[in-house]
Amino acid sequence: MRAFIVAVFAFLYLPIALVVLFSFNAGRHASELTGLSTQWYGKALSNPFLIEALKNSLFIATTSAFLAAVIGTAAALGLARVGLRTRAIFDALLGAAIVVPGVVIGIATLVALVQLFGAVNPVLASIWPGDTAPRLALGYGSIIAAHGLFSMALVSMIVRTRLATLDRSLVEASSDLYATPFTTFRSIVLPQVMPAIVAGFLLAFTFSFDDFIVAFFVAGSQTTLPIYVFASIRRGVTPEINAIATLVLCASVLMVLLAQLLLRKRTRSH
Amino acid sequence: MLASQFRSKLLTALLLAPAGAWLFVFLVLPFIAIIVFSVGERAPEGGYQAALTMAQYANLPARAAAFWNTLILAPIGALACLLVAYPVAYYLALKAPERWRLILLALIVIPFWTSLLMRTYAWMYILGGRGIPALLAYAGIEDLRLINTPGAVLLGIVYGYLPLMILPIYVSLERLDRRLLEASADLGATPISTFFGVTFRLSLPGMTTGFSLVMILLLGEYLIPTLLGGGKVFFIGNALVDLFLQSRNWPFGSAIAVTLVLVSVVVLFIANRVSARFSGTRQVDLI
Repeated sequence: MRAFIVAVFAFLYLPIALVVLFSFNAGRHASELTGLSTQWYGKALSNPFLIEALKNSLFIATTSAFLAAVIGTAAALGLARVGLRTRAIFDALLGAAIVVPGVVIGIATLVALVQLFGAVNPVLASIWPGDTAPRLALGYGSIIAAHGLFSMALVSMIVRTRLATLDRSLVEASSDLYATPFTTFRSIVLPQVMPAIVAGFLLAFTFSFDDFIVAFFVAGSQTTLPIYVFASIRRGVTPEINAIATLVLCASVLMVLLAQLLLRKRTRSH
Repeated sequence: MLASQFRSKLLTALLLAPAGAWLFVFLVLPFIAIIVFSVGERAPEGGYQAALTMAQYANLPARAAAFWNTLILAPIGALACLLVAYPVAYYLALKAPERWRLILLALIVIPFWTSLLMRTYAWMYILGGRGIPALLAYAGIEDLRLINTPGAVLLGIVYGYLPLMILPIYVSLERLDRRLLEASADLGATPISTFFGVTFRLSLPGMTTGFSLVMILLLGEYLIPTLLGGGKVFFIGNALVDLFLQSRNWPFGSAIAVTLVLVSVVVLFIANRVSARFSGTRQVDLI
């Protein structure tokens, strides 16, 4: 039994370890280790296309995760106050946002937005006072919207789990002591659910930063880091990609560990 | 009193409005859009032309290979995941030493939240010409082809989705009432009959949840067949990318997407019925 468990963990981590190892490869060839060097990190970080893609990804992930944290938390708080029927509708939609495969979310968003832009752009052009009316197009906005859909559902799920274990007596005590609902929220509820919100933000960020398939459909002319990496892989494996992959993996691992710590700490104190 | 009730209702509405609007604009409307597209026609220059026809659905057999590949490899992949995941979940929930449990659990969760693209890419190395085949060549086994085969895709599937399968099984085993195991042993059951009579049976909801989650995500998988199947093993996801981003036959692509969602709904429905039969809750902790 134990041997099997060790084998499974090796199976999960050896490929990752291999990518990290080869990112320090001194040689030009991707699969022969000829010495150690950090040259590929330098090469990767001085590649302007890569830096551009990285910036795009960071911007999209931060914005969509922030929006998701705010809207998802609001939804979680709101859902604690509504009747069964409204809750059931939201549950179904939020569940769908999480479970529907990314391919379908990407396609559906692409189809809907292209139709919408097709209808709006001529109107915009005709009512615009200046000569060059702005044209709505796929890009940052559409990726943020599509990522935000999944992320918001994720945040609301995490925050609702935390709200369910909230210490009710503190809330009651607070309102018995004539605190306004807002004060109660700010000083009792918010501190207790904050770790869940932050964890939700981190996971949402990680999801958006790592997502390939949704962005592939709705990115328009923009490039995110996974799209760039995917295109490079298809041209051939290079140590440069290993260096990027290593950096991305490290960042994701840090975020997930942080999210886990935040969630666990609260669980244990109850 | 009425005023404060009204204020409370207003606050609830304000809290839910952004999420509701987002779900409506970026989930409900897009779904309506692909349903409308799927009964339309392809415009001569690509894209969509309004129509009311079932022609796109009638044309589905043209992509039968993608459907077959997906519908055969997805359940096999999910089953392989289940077979590997069960002992791990069992060990974590019932056998692992207390102080190791959280660490091991974190080690399972981390890969799930790290880029599937990067993790799958690692296997292109291992299975590629200079990886395992090169090692085997030293051992005298020549010309073994691993990458771009259904086997490579299956391996990628197990690798990519193992964490998602382990977690729900772990949750159902962890909640299991240990006294049931003692009672079973006290009543003279052998460890094996205790396992099948109690443990296995009570973990069925977790197994069903894991299986159906992995199945549904696999139905829409694109990266694994693309990177490890190399155009020889293509899934519905590959057909969709082709139809939307290359040949621009949006109505046909929409019909495939709608069919994909319907198949997912059927899978979820069956899973729901199965886990309802074995009772218990179906809660999954993704984190």
